[in-house]
Amino acid sequence: MTITEKILAVHAGKREVSSGELINVKLDVVLGNDVTTPLAIEGFKKIGISKVFDPNRVVLVPDHHTPNRDIKAAEQCKILRNFAHEQGLTHYYEVGRMGIEHALLPEEGLVLPGEVIIGADSHTCTYGALGAFATGVGSTDMAVGMALGELWFKVPPTIKFVYYGKLNDWVTGKDLILYTIGRIGVDGALYRAMEFCGEVIGNLSMDSRFTVANMAIEAGAKSGIIEPDQITLDYVNPRAWHPFTVYKSDEDANYERVFEFDVSGIEPQVAFPHLPSNVKPISEVGDVSIDQVVIGSCTNGRLEDLRIAARILRGRDVHAKVRLIIIPATQGIYAQALRDGLIETFITAGAAVSTPTCGPCLGGHMGVLAEGERALATTNRNFVGRMGHPKSEVYLCGPAVAAASAVLGKIASPGDL
Amino acid sequence: MVYEGIAHKYGRDINTDVIIPARHLTTFDPQELGKHCMENLDPSFVSKIKKGDILVAEENFGCGSSREHAPLAIKAAGISCIIAKSFARIFFRNAINIGLPVLECPEAVDGINTGEQIKVDTMRGQIINLSTGKIFEVKPFPDFIQGIIERGGLINYVKERLKVKGSRL
Repeated sequence: MTITEKILAVHAGKREVSSGELINVKLDVVLGNDVTTPLAIEGFKKIGISKVFDPNRVVLVPDHHTPNRDIKAAEQCKILRNFAHEQGLTHYYEVGRMGIEHALLPEEGLVLPGEVIIGADSHTCTYGALGAFATGVGSTDMAVGMALGELWFKVPPTIKFVYYGKLNDWVTGKDLILYTIGRIGVDGALYRAMEFCGEVIGNLSMDSRFTVANMAIEAGAKSGIIEPDQITLDYVNPRAWHPFTVYKSDEDANYERVFEFDVSGIEPQVAFPHLPSNVKPISEVGDVSIDQVVIGSCTNGRLEDLRIAARILRGRDVHAKVRLIIIPATQGIYAQALRDGLIETFITAGAAVSTPTCGPCLGGHMGVLAEGERALATTNRNFVGRMGHPKSEVYLCGPAVAAASAVLGKIASPGDL
Repeated sequence: MVYEGIAHKYGRDINTDVIIPARHLTTFDPQELGKHCMENLDPSFVSKIKKGDILVAEENFGCGSSREHAPLAIKAAGISCIIAKSFARIFFRNAINIGLPVLECPEAVDGINTGEQIKVDTMRGQIINLSTGKIFEVKPFPDFIQGIIERGGLINYVKERLKVKGSRL
């Protein structure tokens, strides 16, 4: 069996499962945010069960339209907050203590190897980086998950992605996943589990692994997963809130397909509007001027991303025509960046630094685009109107290209500085 | 169940950001969401839909976010069912969970144009283009999923199962 099949089998109380099988799965964590949870609470109340299955395992994070962007957003957050208090949830994260959910939960040790996690947010697949089965669901599935602590799934076939070679300078997890989506398309892994492996993945930092798994959904995948190794354990052990089990794929596991990529020498990648698969290497981008740069999000708002940005921005100024917005993904990351002097570097360069929020990534607030404006962002989606006006544009990249471009006023490589 | 209406056909990768932009996600009132359905893609969408009409699309319909507001908006706009070459998986689950039938049938998508009168019979597993007379076979849903749709969604399905069995799905 693959690691995904093993985790699902254990949680379904079976010795074995195979792809295509419909199973009922016990859930370790059920997650929701301020956009999806109010609707889930309405569903939960209709089911007629008074208490969630386990107040320690339902995690609520108001991160999308927070700090409240307007009265309607405030009302949604109030529903979330009241429910958290009424249910006695131990993991409700208020503004000031919260972070972007997919950076926060791993940091808090709430999501662990071998677990099954559902989240009413499509980027829940991020936790696959820890060797967990984690998948995004909608509000109704979240409601049922909160009530019963279990949910039905169809066991997905797995596609294996093996990466060989040595990465160039400035090439990180974001470039690997953009490169991959560029090769297979936005539905290249539809309904599948993506298993990422090979020496390149083994050498990636935990932060970069989260970025890789985070964007599995952008290839249509149900989940993305990386087998735990020493890097995973070094990250998880000091944080884990309870014991966990590490699973690995069998030598003779069944893969629907295997892709092997030699990524030696690949350049930083940029996804053009309006699909994450519309990817070009930085040398082929051409002359693309930009109005705004966003560094942050559940994809690239971690410490490694901020350090890369700071290395480039130190002693330089943000271009006069560019608005650079930098959003550390959690309060913990923000505090560490402050201690390391990164925040001062950003502010000195002319960047706006914000408290954690998903805000601009989904065109919510904190950097919405006007008609005809163009943004370069370390976020995950560049669909029509994603960051604001339907006639605005979003280009996606990693933190190095984002920072260099903010200085030069057009999409550029750090080598161009 | 039988659905009948005019077809409205769109391309591939119709994503949740164009189905219902995040600026409208501070409510989950279906009527409110329905008013803004597809506004980033086709601002005339809402005004041209008559109750019961059928949405037709190419591959990967509903890709992107997990927002259940997307199928809610489509349903509230008056669409009775969606036929696509393929669906993004979260959207597929969400649509079933709120009782909006979603059918995967590439042949039907190729054989339907905007403005044609379409009849869908989920029990027989048929999509009929009444304008051209062409009939397309579609695989019926597994019983479990059919059961969810017939009860109007997963919440009702779970409620009923809890009454019968006292627990679990």
